[in-house]
Amino acid sequence: MAGIAVSTTINGDITEYLCQPDETLLDVLRDRLGLTGAKEGCGTGDCGACSIILDNRLVCSCLVLGAEAEGRRIETVEGMAHGDQLHTLQQKFLEHAALQCGICTPGFLIAAKDLLAKNPDPSEEEIRFGLAGNLCRCTGYDKIVRAVQDAAHVMKGA
Amino acid sequence: MNFDPRFSGRKFASVGTRPIRPDGVDKVTGRARYGADFNMAGQLVGRVLRSPHAHAIIRKIDTSKAEKLAGVKAVITAADLPDLTDGDAAMYDILDNCMARTKALYDGHAVAAVAAIDARTARQALKLIEVDYEILPHVTDVDEAMQHHAPLINDTIFTEGLEEKPVKPSNVTKRSQFGHGDVHQGFGHADFIVERSFKTEQTHQGYIEPHACVASVSSDGTADLWVCTQGHFVYRQHCAQLLGMEASKLRVTSSEIGGGFGGKTHVWAEPVALALSRKAGRPVKLVMTRDEVFRASGPTSATSIDVKIGARKDGTITAAEATLRYSAGPYAGSWAEIGAMTAFACYKLDNVKTVGYEVLVNRPKTAAYRAPSAPMAAFAVESAVDELAKELSMDPVDFRIKNAAQEGTRSSYGPVYGPIGIGPTLEAVKNHAHMKAPLAKNQGRGMACGFWFNFGGQTCVDLNIGMDGSVSLAVGTVDVGGSRASLSLVAAEELGIDYSQLKAIVADTSSLGYNDMTDGSRGTFSSSMATISAARNAIKILRERAAQMWDISVDDVVWEQGHAVAKGEKHGNLGKLSLKEIAAESGKTGGPIAGHSELVADGAGVSFATHICDIEVDPETGSTRVIRYTVVQDAGKAVHPTYVEGQYQGGAAQGIGWALNEEYIYGKDGRLQNAGFLDYRIPVCSDLPMIDTQILEIPNPNHPYGVRGVGETSIVPPLAAIANAVSNAAGVRMTHIPMSPPRILAAIEAERGG
Ligand code: FES
Ligand code: FES
Repeated sequence: MAGIAVSTTINGDITEYLCQPDETLLDVLRDRLGLTGAKEGCGTGDCGACSIILDNRLVCSCLVLGAEAEGRRIETVEGMAHGDQLHTLQQKFLEHAALQCGICTPGFLIAAKDLLAKNPDPSEEEIRFGLAGNLCRCTGYDKIVRAVQDAAHVMKGA
Repeated sequence: MNFDPRFSGRKFASVGTRPIRPDGVDKVTGRARYGADFNMAGQLVGRVLRSPHAHAIIRKIDTSKAEKLAGVKAVITAADLPDLTDGDAAMYDILDNCMARTKALYDGHAVAAVAAIDARTARQALKLIEVDYEILPHVTDVDEAMQHHAPLINDTIFTEGLEEKPVKPSNVTKRSQFGHGDVHQGFGHADFIVERSFKTEQTHQGYIEPHACVASVSSDGTADLWVCTQGHFVYRQHCAQLLGMEASKLRVTSSEIGGGFGGKTHVWAEPVALALSRKAGRPVKLVMTRDEVFRASGPTSATSIDVKIGARKDGTITAAEATLRYSAGPYAGSWAEIGAMTAFACYKLDNVKTVGYEVLVNRPKTAAYRAPSAPMAAFAVESAVDELAKELSMDPVDFRIKNAAQEGTRSSYGPVYGPIGIGPTLEAVKNHAHMKAPLAKNQGRGMACGFWFNFGGQTCVDLNIGMDGSVSLAVGTVDVGGSRASLSLVAAEELGIDYSQLKAIVADTSSLGYNDMTDGSRGTFSSSMATISAARNAIKILRERAAQMWDISVDDVVWEQGHAVAKGEKHGNLGKLSLKEIAAESGKTGGPIAGHSELVADGAGVSFATHICDIEVDPETGSTRVIRYTVVQDAGKAVHPTYVEGQYQGGAAQGIGWALNEEYIYGKDGRLQNAGFLDYRIPVCSDLPMIDTQILEIPNPNHPYGVRGVGETSIVPPLAAIANAVSNAAGVRMTHIPMSPPRILAAIEAERGG
């Protein structure tokens, strides 16, 4: 089957690829482009491990087709740090030990980044509901919420 | 030098601090490589065909059409995994579970597999495989499976552990019994007796990372396996045995692991991937879908438990008895046995008896899940204990304190306890601010205790000192939640150097001696013991080298705070030599400096926890909300307290999910109806409050720093603590887990109606 040619922007870089019409954006990122930061926990939009930002919208990349990325702007966890300077959220996740196994972490970081972009000063409840699309089985979420609270605090001051 | 593992009090410099973990940056930047993040040149995609039937004879499998499909490189069935288990029944069960041989025993049981050039071709190929099934009657409920008329799952199984050898096969594989004293007499002395039956439904470990591996078998008979596992050495042994390979020719590398909780202690798809690779002559990547994870991996047992406890008016328990039935899936296990051992482990009892029945059902093979079997037994026992306290008009905490096991108590499963933490956790709970927090309308408070054994086991560690004075630590226990940070702290402590001078890695099976699984909360306990021993061996060499550099006797050199120091008047003018200085000269003083350790870590030290929680119940809908939650647990010594807290919180959250929501739902057809995260709902961020933790440190006498395992006990009390809270809030005793809204509503209505 002939592939579809797609031109898109990923983490600021113009990227081109061929994909099958039924191929998810998650599969394209992971299998064609080697961007394995986004994880597949379910493939059905229920876990958030594959979270990316597509044109300023938080989406599950397992529910987007690779072909749909044409002409759009994608942000993944690989683009969060600037050079060797970690994003405040990444730093706070480390400091608060907001990860145990870490498989959910890329998804949480992206979801938290999106949340803080839209609501720089969220209450605990807003954080909890804002991150409710991301599953973590290890932490009980306590340290994740604290890391996001701390990051929001620092980012507001910056 | 003989290693002395006994606890010796000391002032810690590194242990007990909270540095950032060594694998942290890779994990927040997306660089860490998990099971599915690894690829090999020429790799094929493997996929598994699974039985849609709960119980069926496999009459015939026709793979010819699939084999002819362009892009398909290998198709395998049980015939490609011949039985090489040589009478080892447990290994045979593992083999049969990886690929059904004569019968499909549950919905999701693997029956064939393909390797193809891409996922789409592999999926198409699965559709072309024709399996001729003869459907058999099935049974999925643990109580029904014990009935005489129940469909028989394996007609070669005769119940073990009965006084008389049975003449008929049965779904009950084993009866086990524990206890001491005379319960009959004990109940005779009781003023109050509570007797209740409980049920818990089956749950899944729910790790977010599905099982994934890449297998590569070469034509020269060697093979590589990259896999997410809790125990790559055990996977190597199992895979090698099932495939008829020499273990040394199979190199297994454990990837970063995206959660396991016991579910990644068993091989599932790995032997299949290796068999596919062997047949295709190319590497094969096999990643389970979430649907497959639910249908064919994990889960824990469903249970049915009867408890009877009696006490005198003064609150002394006179006798305790329980019958525990645990589902094992279609293969024998020892889940009920473990449940029977743990049930009354928190208490000091003169008369106690527990009987476990291990029951076969047409569900996936039961796998370990965090303190396996203990949460269900604790749910039943701690619910009954609470009820008994009520009958006695005693405070539930005081009642437990009165009957708590102590140092010297003979445990209900046999051994006599050393220093233990059940009493201190109860005292801490009694004084905890949570106990005084106000409760609003429809809110209830519950508390409960939990016990877990903790494991030790075979462990091997290499500690290598570089010429620049940096230290690399190679361990063989998989890091499931921050153990590389903890082990680095321990090495830093022992060597007297800074944490930043160290880097810990998990070595593959060809680079280090054998290590048992990271299970039974053994990772940090046993590997830290081996790390201390390896560091002490390295220090011995460091002292020798310093002695050489100074040209004095090694007996005059001691190791203090990361330095060799010459002791004695005559050496008064010799300065100190740092680890770095000694390492820099190592090329001239005898070559590389390293410390190794191989040991069996004994005396893991039992662990106890007490949890408190407040739950609000909506009496109109039966829905619940967790208002407050507190975990108090003994850690022996918390090496990295933040990760200890993380273990406490994570276990509590899993317990909350189990108590309130999670369950495997089977249809009449024996098929799993909720094999996805949408319908099998684990707690999300908005379902939970902050989870407060209190770490107690009652040193384990069998570890140099007093460390105990901490990973599992935290899932033991929540089912009971929440059941007690819900029962208090709703005014009716809850006996069936999960306490989903319909079950709570039904209980409230039955109470109102009755
Ligand atoms: S993999 Fe996309 S939501 Fe789970
Ligand atoms: S840290 Fe393991 S799933 Fe979140």
